Amino acid sequence: MADEVRGVPELPKPERMKIPRHAMPTQDHHVRIHNFDEVATGYDPETALVEAQRCLQCANPPCVKGCPVGIDIPAFIDRLRQGDVAGALVKLKETNTLPAICGRVCPQEEQCEVVCVVAKRGEAVAIGRLERFVADWERARGQASTPELAPPTGMRVAIVGSGPAGLACAAELARAGHAVTIFEALHKPGGVLVYGIPQFRLPKEIVNYEIEALNSMGVTLRGDFVIGKTATVHELFWEFGFDAVFLGTGAGLPYFLGIPGENYIGVLSANEFLTRVNLMKAYDFPRHDTPVRPGRRVAVVGSGNVAMDCLRTAKRLGAEEVICIYRRTRNESPARREELEHAEEEAIDFRWLSAPLAVRGNAEGFVTGMQIQRMELGEPDASGRRRPVPIAGSEYEIAVDTVVMAIGQGPNPLATRSTPGLTLNRHGNIVADPETLQTSIPGVFAGGDIVTGAATVILAMGAGKQAARGIQAWLDKLKAGEVEKPRLE
Amino acid sequence: MFAIESREEIAPRFHRFVVRAPEIARKHRPGQFVIVMPDELGERIPLTIAHADPAAGTITLVVQEVGKTTMTMGRMNGGDQFASVVGPLGTPTHIEHFGTVICVGGGAGIAPLLPIAAGMKAAGNTVLSILGGRTHELVILQSEMTAASDEIFLTTDDGSLGRKGLVTHALADLVAERGKPDLVVAIGPAVMMRAVAEQTRGLGIKTWASLNSIMVDGTGMCGACRVSVGGQTKFVCVDGPEFDAHEVDFELLVKRLRMYLPEEQAARERYLEECRCHAEGGAHHG
Repeated sequence: MADEVRGVPELPKPERMKIPRHAMPTQDHHVRIHNFDEVATGYDPETALVEAQRCLQCANPPCVKGCPVGIDIPAFIDRLRQGDVAGALVKLKETNTLPAICGRVCPQEEQCEVVCVVAKRGEAVAIGRLERFVADWERARGQASTPELAPPTGMRVAIVGSGPAGLACAAELARAGHAVTIFEALHKPGGVLVYGIPQFRLPKEIVNYEIEALNSMGVTLRGDFVIGKTATVHELFWEFGFDAVFLGTGAGLPYFLGIPGENYIGVLSANEFLTRVNLMKAYDFPRHDTPVRPGRRVAVVGSGNVAMDCLRTAKRLGAEEVICIYRRTRNESPARREELEHAEEEAIDFRWLSAPLAVRGNAEGFVTGMQIQRMELGEPDASGRRRPVPIAGSEYEIAVDTVVMAIGQGPNPLATRSTPGLTLNRHGNIVADPETLQTSIPGVFAGGDIVTGAATVILAMGAGKQAARGIQAWLDKLKAGEVEKPRLE
Repeated sequence: MFAIESREEIAPRFHRFVVRAPEIARKHRPGQFVIVMPDELGERIPLTIAHADPAAGTITLVVQEVGKTTMTMGRMNGGDQFASVVGPLGTPTHIEHFGTVICVGGGAGIAPLLPIAAGMKAAGNTVLSILGGRTHELVILQSEMTAASDEIFLTTDDGSLGRKGLVTHALADLVAERGKPDLVVAIGPAVMMRAVAEQTRGLGIKTWASLNSIMVDGTGMCGACRVSVGGQTKFVCVDGPEFDAHEVDFELLVKRLRMYLPEEQAARERYLEECRCHAEGGAHHG
């Protein structure tokens, strides 16, 4: 990378439309399946600036409306085109606290890029890749400036969970001058960014960098602290002296299928498999003490982004055959296209229209295989997708050493169960006011997967920011003596 | 980081740690546990809390050396720090006035039994405790358990202390002599708990066992600890660790505990080899 980024001229609109979208450079798939380094290596400055030139700078830009946090996309891209990378980052950070992360893991193809005007006649501007470029460029130079903080207000806010919702909420509140403490159950902060998303998709150094930025804004981080166990929400108010609480505890409860043989040794939840590898660094056993043993043949049930992460992690751990079992087809797969394509390049064996009926095991209790049923697509179901229907007599067996269940996660009940008066929906998610994100308990706010069910990093971040506005309003009223802190015991 | 205030070897390969953890000490109830990660590269392992002192802000952990992680801990001392201690986790023991409660403890299981016995006694129960071990010096916490019980009965496999035989022999005699208790709480190796459960099932005595499965996070996030209880899958870390012993599928528990046996073996051997090398090189271990 050059040390300086030279601006490029603004082209006439027809000229901009002629420039093709730039592919993301990636590690060769033959090489990358043997390492945990990041797959997408990022644009170089020349590519980034020419890509920035493609933006039409629409007067009424649909991309901004497509972004869950409403980033001023044309403005940051224009600053980048002019060579003002620092200015582009300031623009990004006005609305997005974690651009290096969102540039990598946001599904831009469903959000900002899908509505890009350039896409009407060609391919969308690579907004996510440019966002990543800007954030990476600044990080590499250590120039990211700490945002200005308002004078201390004397108000204290507890954030429960250090995932994307909690981090975004903490950043907003710290900026507003409140004293913020984040409580995290695990020993490292970051939530799903650290235990869930693999290194090859989101290097942990980036997450650490963002968390250090929060530290430098005066946010306190308490790891090894489980709300609901180490302290309750009530105690946060009345013993720890907090004035508001934000619950961003995520979707941390793994689902299993309930098929026979699911407790054989070698059947793991996606959470366990990914946590062992990402958080506990089992890929570096025995230097790190936590083991993982995928064996030669690994089956992953499910086809979402978490399933893709498991499949590609198994491949990198040295599994020879890695099989994806999904009861619908590629078209219905909820994974990002990019993730699917990367997995396909990495020679994952996709068994579409396949439903697991049972896990097989031996006398010692170890997994030996699975019974699979072939499916076909029938009439559309409630989700609008065609319902998979079993084909009678189509059952067959496969031999596997490990089965990873990546069929979704529910809300972790530790914090909610221990908080009397907190209204949950029938799935166990917290019910929050759509505007303020205040829960049924005044002064207690919630956002992210614990409210919506498992969703995306950016939606959780957006919720964290939104809740920060609700919390601000609550703190104002508290200061004015219009409301009182809740008693929950 | 969590400061170790003291370590004491209370029996061969059994260590008692007093650890500074005021918030955990304040909230601990009998039956709960912590997850400990001794150092930054370490594994997260569940350890039961033998005692909590809210006034002093400390918890007491009893650790038996079985693998690399616990061996590493056995070489740590007062002044050292654990990288991570989180808790108190799990559902506390349901303590009320039952009448007569027999507490059966084996090996390292005696440590988590201690606060339960004390809690049961404080609730007005007559607490009869049966403690067993391979040999006399492995029957840990005898004086503490004596204080927490109305009567105590000891067994050893080799007859070097108390009655020669297993805890189940002592339990059979006690029930024959005194009649059926209202509750049995059994904590120890899975095979011991299974044997107690089989025995009390026949006698129709309500029995709880505290399970010791493999865990990672300890907060219900990973499902590594799952067991089958009454035909339903449960997570030991949040639904347990105590369950109705007659409903627990101990065979499955025993199998699942063997999941990482080859890796554990390899790590232990590598660790012992390293220790030997260090010893030969003159390095000092505390």
